[in-house]
Formats: sequence, structure tokens, C-alpha cells
Amino acid sequence: MTADADFTIEKDPAFGFRLRLTGPVTVATVGSVDGRLRQIAATAQDLGAIDLSGVNSIDTIGAWVIWRLSRDTGADIVGGSVQAMQLIQAVSPSRGDARIVPPHVSVFIRAPEAVGRVMAELGVGSLGVLGFLGELIVAWLRAVRHPGRMRFTALFSQIELVGVDSLAIIGLMSFLIGIVIAQQGAVQLQQFGAQIYTINLTGRLSMRELGVLMTAIMVAGRSGSAFAAQIGTMKLTEEIDAMRTIGVSPMEALVLPRVMAAVFMLPLLGFYSSVIAIVGGATISALVLDIPFFTFLERIQEAVPLRDLYVGLIKGPVFGLIIAIAGCYQGMQVAGNSEEVGLRTTKAVVQAIFMVFVLDAFFAVFFTEVGWS
Amino acid sequence: MMVGDAAPPIVIEGLTNQFDEHKVHENLSLTVRRGEILGVVGGSGTGKSVLMRSIIGLQRPVAGHIHVFGQDIDEAPPAGAPDIRSRWGVLFQGGALFSTLTVAENIEVPLKEFYPDIAAQLAHEIACFKVMLSGLPQDATCKFPSELSGGMKKRAGLARALALDPELLFLDEPTAGLDPIGAAAFDNLIRELQATLGLTVFLITHDLDTLHTICDRVAVLADKRVIAVGTIAELMTSDHPWIQEYFGGPRGRAALASRPKPMDNPDQVAR
Repeated sequence: MTADADFTIEKDPAFGFRLRLTGPVTVATVGSVDGRLRQIAATAQDLGAIDLSGVNSIDTIGAWVIWRLSRDTGADIVGGSVQAMQLIQAVSPSRGDARIVPPHVSVFIRAPEAVGRVMAELGVGSLGVLGFLGELIVAWLRAVRHPGRMRFTALFSQIELVGVDSLAIIGLMSFLIGIVIAQQGAVQLQQFGAQIYTINLTGRLSMRELGVLMTAIMVAGRSGSAFAAQIGTMKLTEEIDAMRTIGVSPMEALVLPRVMAAVFMLPLLGFYSSVIAIVGGATISALVLDIPFFTFLERIQEAVPLRDLYVGLIKGPVFGLIIAIAGCYQGMQVAGNSEEVGLRTTKAVVQAIFMVFVLDAFFAVFFTEVGWS
Repeated sequence: MMVGDAAPPIVIEGLTNQFDEHKVHENLSLTVRRGEILGVVGGSGTGKSVLMRSIIGLQRPVAGHIHVFGQDIDEAPPAGAPDIRSRWGVLFQGGALFSTLTVAENIEVPLKEFYPDIAAQLAHEIACFKVMLSGLPQDATCKFPSELSGGMKKRAGLARALALDPELLFLDEPTAGLDPIGAAAFDNLIRELQATLGLTVFLITHDLDTLHTICDRVAVLADKRVIAVGTIAELMTSDHPWIQEYFGGPRGRAALASRPKPMDNPDQVAR
């Protein structure tokens, strides 16, 4: 077993040169002689015969190396055992030069192709989302007309998953954001002696913008991805097809409860987030800015107009709708293999967050223009 | 192929496997002889796959010993001995190909892992002829697993299992999910490879045609152990109700009736 493959070349009156292989020629030993044999084939020696009589064991990999040498030099194979000849026979139909990886396409072809594909998918995708939205509205109207069709168990379990279960993480995040706004704001405002406006800054920013925006990002990451992955996996295991054949509409049973849960929960979570952010700001102000905790909260009442709360509450359901639709739509698009579930989940989160930012910018301009500044 | 060890490649003694309270195997013993194709049958849930996983070391048994090539798989291998994992090949049910690698790259994985001194060019050539041996078209080498049909995935999985010219081949339901023509072709392929390469094959199957056409012996798993091992003719004389129903049932009789007679197929006799 420990012996190595080797060979010698000797002159032979009958064949010109004779290459005599010795030892085991197997996968374990062939690595050491392969390179040298390849050189012999390349230097076109007048090789007449390959003598296998000294070979004591052989497998298909050894047989391949021997056959390749014989093919490249035109030498005859002599002295091999029945098994060796059988193995060489078995591997000989292969040419051994098939492609290992798909052909490489030049970047000048690939780049425009990718751009074109993205644009084409954008068109098809927008139509698909529009169709999905239409289906969703039909399912919703049907549920409104026949409240008995509404899946209340599913709705409440989704409300728990989207809303109640995320209270802890959203609370912690908001508290920390409140600290950051108040502390960093105070450092800047101090330069003008306007430190007291830290309260206005913290209150208005969190009520109007950051509370609901950060909540939307968190919910997109937590629940939007879960929607896509759950529905995508159900699509793969043909659960959704099974539902359809039984007459259960997946729109009613799966998508509507998730969308409604997100639409109900996002404004509530956004409000909760704003309140906790203000508490965070008040805490850091009490600790480092010498503004007492309750003074901070009292001043919030005067500094933050009620319409800031409305702005936050109006944006919430819209963000919730976008996140849930992105998640459920991408989940329903899964087809083929499990890799797709991962891709679609990523897409759902990226699209949801992107759309949330686009709409947030739109809302910011819109509310200022209508005088709700 | 290895000279001078005639010991049985797999010896299982007193194997017990347990999941929580549920005993899958109890005091199971089985010996696989060198150079045979052993079919393993049993009802669903009798632990055929668990048995295979125990032999290849993916499932740690509660009790008992498993010797593969005379080496206890639960113990550290003796110094200097070749890794037994380089002496067997495993075909999992779905092929279990690495999805980010092409078929050829899949075949090269064990080569690179165990024999790093094999040059890249030789590894490519090996992958090419393994693909050819497993009955795939040559242009399949550069395809990714997601581009292959179920039958082609199994063939590619077989090519990877054969990459190192193993002495022992494990096949987990190789013909499940194939159409009858594809299944018959796969059976022939296994038979031919076994004859050419001198393999010992451990084959789990539900396919009665496979059992009749290619298996030398059949082991029956029931009541948490191997209740019988032997040729199908020997098994049919057994009075165990499960064996009677399995081979004597309508499907069993149909498979027996359609079995190729030795006279019809001189090729098979020659082997």
C-alpha cells in the first residue's frame, strides 16, 4: 500500500522504446507520475509500448492516465491484467476535455444584458404588483361584505407576531435613538445657548419622522422577511396549490390577515416608538443636561403640535401596507428551489425599506406644502 | 481491488439506535460480503436510512459495533491507515450535489480533499470520464445542479460517489422518483459498474424490479432488526408474514414474472 507508482524507459528492439510502469497505479499514487508522463507525451519520444506487467493494482484513474498516454503517443498497451484492460476499455470513450465551468461571457455583453433584464423585470414586476394589489382589494371587499369569511384566528396570531412580539426590540431601539437625538442635538444647540430647544428637537423629530420610520424598518426586517419566507416555503411544498384545489383562497387565508395585521400594528408601534424615544431623550437630559425628567415631558406638550402626531399616524398604515405587500408578493413569486426563498426574502426587505424611504420623502414635502409644518 | 484483505467490508454487531424513547434498531446484526450487491428492504419507518447513516458515521448508535474494512467507525483510525471515507462513496436520495458547484466541480471535491497532489488538469480529465461512466452526456459537466432533471442529478451524484474509485458504494433509493425506463437504465448502470470496478454495493430500495434484476442478496429489516438475509428465492421460503406479503403480493409477483430469464440475456450470464 505504501509503495509508489513509478516507471522506467528502456530500449526494446521490437518497439523502439518501452515504458515500464511499476507499483500500484491508483488514485492514491498517480499524482506523482502524472506530470512526468504528460511531459513524455508532449516531447514526442518514439514510444512503442506501455508495459503494465509490473503494475500490481489499478483503478479507473490509473487506467485513464495509461490510456491517455497511449492515445497521445500512439503506443501499444501490453502486459496488462484482464482487469486492467477492462478498466482501460471502460474509460476510453471519454475525451477528457469537456468544459468544467460554463463559458465566460465578456463584461461588455453581460453588463448591458443585466441592465436590460432589470428594466424588463421592472415592467413585468410592476404589473405583477398591481395585479396582486387588485386581488388583495377584492379579497378585502369580500371579507368586508361577508365578515364571516374573515380569518380572525389568523389575523390575531399575526397581530401578535407583528405587534406584540416586537414591542421589546422596538422599545429598546427607540430609547437609544431618543438618547442619541437629545444628546447630539444638545451639543450643537449649546453653541447658541439654545439648549432648551433640545426638547422641541427630540419631541418633533420622533413624533413626526423617526418613530414611525425606524419602526417601519424594524418591521420590514422582522415581519416582512418572515412573510416572504413563510409563504415562499408554503409555495415550494405545494401547500398553496393544495389550498387552491380545496377551494381556500390563499389571498384570504394567508395574505389578507398579514396585510391587515401590519396595517393595524404599524401606527400603534410607531406611536409607541415615538413615546419611548421621548422618554429616552428625557432620561439623558436629566442625567447630563440638568433638565429634570418631568419638566422635559411637560415641555413636550407645548413644543409638539398635535398635527405632528397625526402625521406619524397617517404614515404608519401606509408603511405597513407596503411592507406586508412586498413580503407577501415576493413570497407568492417563489418557484423552483429553496435558494429562491432566500433571494425573494432579501428582495422583499430591500423593496419594502426602499419604498418606505421614497414615500417618507414624499410625505415630508407634501405635509410641509399643505401647511402642516 | 485492494489486494489481500478478504474480510467482509461491513460487519454490524448488536447495533441499537434510539431516538428519545423510540427504538429504531435493537441488537441488529448484518454482514455485507465483498463484491456483492446487497439490497436492503423494509417497510417505511423501519430504519433503513438510519442504518446507512450509522454505517457511514452520521448517526451515533446507542450500543453495538460497526466495522467497516475491519475498522470500528466509532474509534479513532489507527495511525497511518488511509481514511475509510476515501474508500466508500455515498449517493444520497436527492443526489445531495453542492448547488453552487458545477457537476464536474462536484466530482472534483473528493479528489481535491483526499489527494491534493493530483494536478488540476488530471482532476478535470477524471471528472470528464466519471461523467461519461455514470451515463451523463459530456456537456453536463459544466451544468449546475439546478439545471439538471431528477434522474440526471442522481447520475451526477453517482459520479461524485465514484470519484475516488471506492470499494464500497452506498445507494439510498437510487431509483425512487425515476420513470420505469430511467430506473431500469440506472439498474443496468449499477450492475455494469459493479462488474467493471468490483464494487461492494449497499443498496436501500423499495423497487422490487431493482431487487430482482441486480441484487445478489436481500436483507429484510423488520421488528427493529434484520429478520432475514438471502437470495430472493431463499427469502420466499420464509414464513414471516411481512416477507410473504412483500414478495408474494401483487407487485412482488409482477416483478418476479417480468424478471429477465438468464437465457434471454447472454450478456448477464457472461458476467
